[in-house]
Amino acid sequence: MKPRLATVWLGGCSGCHMSFLDMDERLIELASKVEVVFSPIADVKTFPADVDVTLVEGAVSTVEHEEMASLIRRRSRFVVSFGDCATTGNVTAMRNRFSPDEILHRAYVELADGDPTVPSEFTTIAKLLPKARPLHEFVRVDAFLHGCPPTADEIWLAVSSLVEGRIPELPNVYQRYG
Amino acid sequence: MAILTLTIDDQPVSGTETETLLEVARQHGIEIPTLCHLDGLTDVGACRLCLVEIEGASRLQPACTTRLQEGMVVRTNTERLQRYRRTIVEMLASEGNHHCAVCVSNNHCELQDLAYTVGLQYVRVPYLYPAKTLDATHKDFVIDRDRCILCSRCVRVCHEVEGAHTWDIAGRGIGCEIISDLKQPWGQSTTCTSCGKCVLVCPTGALFEKGATVAEMEKRTEFLRYIVNARQRREWNPDLLHEE
Repeated sequence: MKPRLATVWLGGCSGCHMSFLDMDERLIELASKVEVVFSPIADVKTFPADVDVTLVEGAVSTVEHEEMASLIRRRSRFVVSFGDCATTGNVTAMRNRFSPDEILHRAYVELADGDPTVPSEFTTIAKLLPKARPLHEFVRVDAFLHGCPPTADEIWLAVSSLVEGRIPELPNVYQRYG
Repeated sequence: MAILTLTIDDQPVSGTETETLLEVARQHGIEIPTLCHLDGLTDVGACRLCLVEIEGASRLQPACTTRLQEGMVVRTNTERLQRYRRTIVEMLASEGNHHCAVCVSNNHCELQDLAYTVGLQYVRVPYLYPAKTLDATHKDFVIDRDRCILCSRCVRVCHEVEGAHTWDIAGRGIGCEIISDLKQPWGQSTTCTSCGKCVLVCPTGALFEKGATVAEMEKRTEFLRYIVNARQRREWNPDLLHEE
């Protein structure tokens, strides 16, 4: 049976996933090596069981992210912090000097074009955690991919070893924040 | 002046009693990581990255402020020192707000470089996300204290080289911050000569030129060797401005 790969998008800009797609023709080789069982670019609603490798993009910024992080950990053999937001908080954590209420007020009242109202809890707006924090502050993480975003070459190297059951030993050239 | 001989990392080296372990190590191609040290400024041993083990000494000593002694046996890169250096960088990362991806100094930052040197995969201590201030009142420059690691290079270059002493460190411990004059806005400073030396010696993106955007702020510190050499030896050697 092929290794089962998942990718998850938490509090990030999707740039890490764009970089994943930048693997270009290597994606075809990857598709022959792994089964993609969950991803924002696949139509799967719930995170499945028995995942071998999960790449997690983004900081943990909402209550839903926190629950998802815990679910991913329970159901994955390898959890990977995929990029700087998952690893350090990065841009997502720049909101941390303000409270969630201040942020919502800024977004939905101060900057509103019309009908300035903070959406009520009955709407689909995500419930923000007090601070956006890196993934490893919530769950154990097995490997870290640096960069904003990590390069396609780095992702390729890392995923290639992870699906063979090895923690990737990335050369120093790929260990770059920013 | 007597020549002293000693051992650094099993390598026999020599120097004089006025030289520091850091200087002699670097002369012999032994790299010790530093942040607060800069050639041309007084060493203060603030960042603790250059701590070394000296046989017979009970405590670790900073290489930048430790003078040579005859027969010293020094180790600069033991497993323990590597661990401590990594911890120092982790604490610097957690005590500030370092968002490399959107920083003016991205890819030209000594703290960022050091993170790779010490193999910083992730930060084990919780990030503090402290509320720091930014001062953009100066006509040419900005100080963003989110990115400041309190190395005090700006304080020293302003005092020792420019002679203005605009900068100082206020506060205690983790609450320390760089201030201009008596904590007045930089733009209203009566002592600042707007020379920009502090900006050029800052190892991170904490001090930068107005108008610089992400990854555009490159610091050049060669001017310091040129000025200090000219002042001490009365030699105006332009080669010093171009050497790496």
